[in-house]
Amino acid sequence: MRILALAGRRLLSSVPTLLIILAGLFLLLQLAPGDTVDALVAQMGGGDQKMADELRRFYGLDAPVVVQLGRYMWRLVQLDLGYSAIYGKPVANVILERLPATLLLMGSALSFAFFAGIALGILAARRVNQWPDTLISTLGLVFYATPSFWFGLMGIVVFAVKLAWLPPGGFETVGAGYAGLARVLDIARYLVLPTLTLALIFLAIYLRIMRASMLEVLTLDFVRTARAKGVAEQAVIVRHVLRNALLPVVTLIGLQAGTMLGGSVVVESVFALPGLGRLAYESVVQRDLNTLLGIVFVSALLVITVNFVVDLIYARLDPRIG
Amino acid sequence: MSVTLEIENLSVALPQGADRALALGGVSLALRAGEILCVVGESGSGKSMTANAIMRLLPVGVGVSGGAIRFEGRDILTLPEAEMRRLRGRRIAMVFQEPMTALNPLRPIGDQIGEMFRTHTGLGRAEIDARVIGLLDEVRLPDPRSVARAYAHELSGGQRQRAMIAMALALEPTVLIADEPTTALDVTTQAQILHLIRDLQRKKGTAVLFITHDFGVVGEIADRVAVMQNGQMVEEGRAADVLDRPSHAYTRMLLAAVPPLAAPPARAVSSETALSIDQVSKTYLTRGSGLRKRSTLALDNVTLSLPKGSTLGIVGESGSGKSTLAKCLVRLIAPDAGAIRLGDVDLAHLSRREARQATARIQMVFQDPYGSLNPRRRAGDLVAQGPIAHGIAPQAARARAKGLFALVGLDPAATERYPHEFSGGQRQRIGLARALALEPQILVADEPVSSLDVSVQAQVLELLTQLRARLGLSMVFITHDLRVAAQICDRVAVMKDGRVVEEGLAADVFGAPRHAYTQALIEAIPRRRQPPP
Amino acid sequence: MTTFWRLYARSPAAVAGLALLILVIAMAMTAGLLFPGNPLELAGPPLIWPFQDARFPLGTDNSGRDIAAQIFHGARISLLIGLCAMALAIAIGIVLGALAGFYAGLADDILMRITEAFQTLPNFLLLLVLVAVFGSTLPTVAIAIGLVSWQAPARLTRAEFLSLRTREFVQAGRTIGLGDATLIFREILPNALPPVIVYASVVMAVAILLESALAFLSLSDPNVASWGNLIGLGRGVLRSEWYVSAIPGVAILVTVLAVSLVGQGLNDALNPRLRRR
Repeated sequence: MRILALAGRRLLSSVPTLLIILAGLFLLLQLAPGDTVDALVAQMGGGDQKMADELRRFYGLDAPVVVQLGRYMWRLVQLDLGYSAIYGKPVANVILERLPATLLLMGSALSFAFFAGIALGILAARRVNQWPDTLISTLGLVFYATPSFWFGLMGIVVFAVKLAWLPPGGFETVGAGYAGLARVLDIARYLVLPTLTLALIFLAIYLRIMRASMLEVLTLDFVRTARAKGVAEQAVIVRHVLRNALLPVVTLIGLQAGTMLGGSVVVESVFALPGLGRLAYESVVQRDLNTLLGIVFVSALLVITVNFVVDLIYARLDPRIG
Repeated sequence: MSVTLEIENLSVALPQGADRALALGGVSLALRAGEILCVVGESGSGKSMTANAIMRLLPVGVGVSGGAIRFEGRDILTLPEAEMRRLRGRRIAMVFQEPMTALNPLRPIGDQIGEMFRTHTGLGRAEIDARVIGLLDEVRLPDPRSVARAYAHELSGGQRQRAMIAMALALEPTVLIADEPTTALDVTTQAQILHLIRDLQRKKGTAVLFITHDFGVVGEIADRVAVMQNGQMVEEGRAADVLDRPSHAYTRMLLAAVPPLAAPPARAVSSETALSIDQVSKTYLTRGSGLRKRSTLALDNVTLSLPKGSTLGIVGESGSGKSTLAKCLVRLIAPDAGAIRLGDVDLAHLSRREARQATARIQMVFQDPYGSLNPRRRAGDLVAQGPIAHGIAPQAARARAKGLFALVGLDPAATERYPHEFSGGQRQRIGLARALALEPQILVADEPVSSLDVSVQAQVLELLTQLRARLGLSMVFITHDLRVAAQICDRVAVMKDGRVVEEGLAADVFGAPRHAYTQALIEAIPRRRQPPP
Repeated sequence: MTTFWRLYARSPAAVAGLALLILVIAMAMTAGLLFPGNPLELAGPPLIWPFQDARFPLGTDNSGRDIAAQIFHGARISLLIGLCAMALAIAIGIVLGALAGFYAGLADDILMRITEAFQTLPNFLLLLVLVAVFGSTLPTVAIAIGLVSWQAPARLTRAEFLSLRTREFVQAGRTIGLGDATLIFREILPNALPPVIVYASVVMAVAILLESALAFLSLSDPNVASWGNLIGLGRGVLRSEWYVSAIPGVAILVTVLAVSLVGQGLNDALNPRLRRR
């Protein structure tokens, strides 16, 4: 219960941070050249000044900045994310439509990166300075240096164009009308390449940290004690080293949640996935302020949630907390 | 008595680039059943390496290059690893120095002790749990059930060490190796752990190899003694023989360096007061878990006075407040209440800027010779920094530094070298030179010799005594070791839990202590006890 | 100095990284010599495959521009952006981290809040916003990347300062009367810098990756021969002329790898004790 209270406190203290971010971004975006109305007018193929002014008054964009900010914050507190001028729908709806794809992508990428990274890191640490370690560490370095979008493109070339094993983009086979398990498998096929692409750099990071952490823990005193008790090496690793070595990696997940969301922008663009990342890109280009701020709000919430869960897991692993 | 463990001409080689080729050179030792053999030596003597070699847990790169270790007749150096593992913990067990780091912080104590049973026996869960509780009870831990469920950070240092001992003795091993098990503990706790080890050893007939650097401990519990220096065994024999009639020069030097248990006669001191500490209090507020703030009373109405030209010793264990008091004296911390009067200036109530100027008159020597010098500055610069910060021209400051080096017994040309090129004792001398650079009236020495080897300790104490006479310094000497205080201090104050419990002439406090705590402190000092007639 | 190089050269990977880095720098410096003129000018027929035509060793892209020229000139862009963004991020990070770590208390709380805010917001999104607001010219992009990358160096510096300020040599400095500024810059900072310097290589590597991602999304400077731009361009002909996207990607990989290896080599050389790992 104490764990919950501790994590809950951290959660609560994130609220003012969230508000500061949104206010800051709102003000920052006022500095952008052109606004929603300009983009709308361009979309409509041109129009005169009077119409532009009318539109501005309709959307409340003619009020002073501070007033606009106040209005926005007030609506936000009521969980009203506003109206997207470009899509012609409430922002909340637009976001909810796109949320599942991103969540699915992030979830699978994070799981893959975490488990594969840890497994490889442990393997490298067990065989440190021998050929498995050199191979794994080199692979890790190369993955880290590979631009994710390029890896995605090359993946498309190899697996979709040349080998035709996997689809080159999209979320599921359009118009096929799959349902239930068939649909799940279909979506899974479409997500293989995007997941690998997004997971790549995080796999490299978790691998490196896990390996370093294992090597560090192996030098600690209590490992010597376990060996002095006659515990077999395998048991020493599993029962004493592993849990201690996992701690920094778990912390890292929380710290990198935001980076992973950012990475999804590029991956969704490469694979034409209908997710939040691509929506963010589009709303920046189209100056759709409301949608962009809505996405920032939702992604910040996502990051905060992930951190909350990570805090809980960490406290469960380490009795020294709380 | 039969020989249980015999080390024959053991040599252990260090990797290339170490400061010597062999960690151990031809060491021979015999441990008999039912006796305690103390291996004594300073740092770098190879005593810990011997223990690691017996357990075959040498660090990476270090290997046995010759000799044999026979346990019950078998050479265990030639055993396959699987068989050696069966010996570890079950027949030969080990207790380490730092109980905090020697226990896995993420697992309960009971689980770690139970691991002994799970690894070597086929007992069921319930049986193991019962035995664990029994063991914790045997090492005199109150409330064994909650200790078994507790984690390492929830216990005190002494409790952790008791748990470690319980773990080591779980399977009733034939040999127990204890590598400096009491060095990291308070004096009173140390005495308790020593007695515990001796009592358990007598009860179970275990052969104990006890590694230490303290001859007092040797006198307290050893049946036999082996003295090591630089990887060699220099002397070995029955405790009484080695302590009373040492044959090797090194042994004699080590014995001579141990401060005796009697204070020298009091000398005349001036009646003028150099420093007066008046009802000083300090409370620490730490942000504990949750919204509550934990407050610790570090100093509680401390009143002391330092006569001019004399040395006041402040003695106490960890948590007594002595370090906090030292920091208040040099204004690293500001006290919450009370006054610290140096002449006509009240140090406690100065602004930060005024304090910076006033601190030239009261300077500090720190405990850790490795941490108290900036590794990236030359030794001479470190000594000249203070005067330069107070307005002296750099040329003059550096000349002064050279002069001070000579004063503390270092080569003036060494001012160009970096701290890592000096030994521990030499670094303390540099620290002393730095403190004296501002020509202070008062010197506060915060455990200046605690981190040094015994032989070096004596030299530094000698230096302090000389400087006191030559420069007319008034000194505040902080230590946890009452014997050291008795040697160099004119007056001694004993502190416990932030309060001064006893204060007076060194000879009085040491020879005829009035407060129960002081008596307990003196009683806890490890030394040879004459058996009752 | 020679001991440093000796320590550095003990790792073959570090030496290889340095060699690669020197190669990339050489590319950047000889770009004007080997490929004079604007690399984004029309040079020949479009979509010639590499190794087909002696005039265009790496082929041409969709618009008939020389790929090899774009690669060489692109090296300048990547290195420049990487260095500038890294310098900005490290400078901000060190100053804020030092102040927060040294004074702790309120200063630390404020810094932690700000860092948390930046962390909660995905930094690529912030980068998108900054570029949208302030434009896509090269200096703007470099500054924007620097502004989203200062948190990690700040946290690192803060951690170092927090641990160093309790060390006895700092307390000794206080007792002999050294002022705060002297303590921060002359006593603590030289001891705190090594891990931050090593981390600078990571920041630079990430900066190069970020710029190429921006260029891929057509949000970086379109008037320069950036590797990311070329990859984005090659997307249109991915099915057949995939080399247009492949080649610049390899260039990015090699450069980032080189920077990472050099950083790791620096780390091992500055911490010889840990080298055996």
